[in-house]
Amino acid sequence: MDNIIEVKNLTKYYNGLLAVNHISFEVKKGEIFGFLGPNGAGKTTTIRILTALLKPDEGTALVSNYDVFKNPLEVKQCLGVVPEVSNVYVDLTAWENLMLMGELYGVPKKEREENAVKLLKDFRLYDVRENLAKGFSKGMKQKLLLCMALINNPEILFLDEPTSGLDVESARLMREKVQQLNRDGKTIFLSTHNMEEVNQLCHRIAIINHGKIAAIDTPERLRAQSMELQYIEVLFDKPVNLAKLSERLKIANVSPAGNKFRIYTANPHTIIENLVDFARENNLKILDLDTMMPSLEDIFIKLIKQKI
Amino acid sequence: MKHKIDSIFTQLERSLAITKKNIKIYYLKGPVIIFGLIFPLFLFLAFTIGKSIPLKELLPGLIGMTTFFTATAVGPSIMSWETRSKTLERLASCPVSLWTILLGDIFSSFLFGIIISVIPLFFALLLKISFLNFIILFLGLILANFCFSVLSILLSAYPPSDLPATSLMISSLVKFPLVFISGVFIPVEKMSFFARAIASFSPLTYFTDLVRRLILGVNYYPLPLDFSMMVIFALIFLVFTIKLHEKTFTKRIS
Repeated sequence: MDNIIEVKNLTKYYNGLLAVNHISFEVKKGEIFGFLGPNGAGKTTTIRILTALLKPDEGTALVSNYDVFKNPLEVKQCLGVVPEVSNVYVDLTAWENLMLMGELYGVPKKEREENAVKLLKDFRLYDVRENLAKGFSKGMKQKLLLCMALINNPEILFLDEPTSGLDVESARLMREKVQQLNRDGKTIFLSTHNMEEVNQLCHRIAIINHGKIAAIDTPERLRAQSMELQYIEVLFDKPVNLAKLSERLKIANVSPAGNKFRIYTANPHTIIENLVDFARENNLKILDLDTMMPSLEDIFIKLIKQKI
Repeated sequence: MKHKIDSIFTQLERSLAITKKNIKIYYLKGPVIIFGLIFPLFLFLAFTIGKSIPLKELLPGLIGMTTFFTATAVGPSIMSWETRSKTLERLASCPVSLWTILLGDIFSSFLFGIIISVIPLFFALLLKISFLNFIILFLGLILANFCFSVLSILLSAYPPSDLPATSLMISSLVKFPLVFISGVFIPVEKMSFFARAIASFSPLTYFTDLVRRLILGVNYYPLPLDFSMMVIFALIFLVFTIKLHEKTFTKRIS
């Protein structure tokens, strides 16, 4: 698979602070690439550089073989962008917003009208196309923003927190659309805080922290690298003393999780044997026992806690 | 070279799309249009009413003020509005240069200024007031509108505020003193040497002087100088507008 985005040694200072610290990564053509990090980690700055809104202080970034520094207009031409902090023009109708974007991307009139009709129908906004966007809900505005990003049929789509603040139904629709667009061949660069979203959508993810890439891999491989974060959840039929259980298992990392106990271990089968012994010794019944792989959230927390 | 020229034409075309958007959002509003007409008229009347001056002699000042105030009425607040309503980053993510966005803003101010400032001219024609050369007057009006429109976008560059009221207040701090030193109320030839020196730093001085020449037949500067100075001011303002907005753009979107 060819790389559609290549970032080498990218660095950006913001008011004297190092916002992006010599990062390097690639995004393959046709993949959904998740970009995660805590607030202030450098996600939005990186996206702004890759979408040619900001100039890097050091390093290079090629998007669709164009240098973001030397060819910003060519880079922007092949992108669709839903920025993190963005809004539609609320004093324009949905149709006028789309036509404006089409004109700014140089899409011929007939083509932009056909695209607009299709997008508005796909995103269930066709019936309100002549309404001013100021009357739209947050979900409708977000859908309109995505339509605006797609009016030029871009090969790469940058989505910065696309489901943030959306209700469950709208968020699900957005995720379905992202998957559909990816199936249609679009590369998607997705920045989000929603781990479930990353889990469902992304082929590979990069975790950025303090301006540096802390990890980059597929979700499955990242989980496999963090086996110490897997855990067992157990439910007994009677209340159990936490300290006693911890002492018997010879594991400090035992915590209550609702009416269950959560035991973190890199060696689950030994713990399961010990749990069965503990139940027999104390005349307890095990009502439920689950072995859980580390969640992306666990890995994320682990990585951002590490000193880089 | 051909690619560069094509690219410039493409950007100019896209700046017209921005102009169209601005007109729909910021200018085609009743209060804005009425304010553009009423405000300069009443300000002018406040300084002339009660004085026995013939209408013809009032006209150059009225045209000067209308042109200046309408071309600079909305421009200073556009960038602040776009920053505040969080549409600027979306706009800048499109394949347009910053100068394309600024040119779109300038064009919209320019068109609004032209449409409104033609109204006093139209009334002058209705009242059968004669002009020495209407075409030169109209060319001067176009040039002055462009120059003032660029100034209006320059005035929104610093500070990079997201409060339109702040931008409008700062622009008023520049606009009002300019009106008083630009020969609108007192012709340049009647000013003291010191006042004339200050007046020469205002583009409005040259436009008022040009209008006085073409309506009343009296002027202080030669016509070619009036035109040249407006061109020079427009170019200086344009360079400063682009440079200053480039400097403050990052702050606007962060």
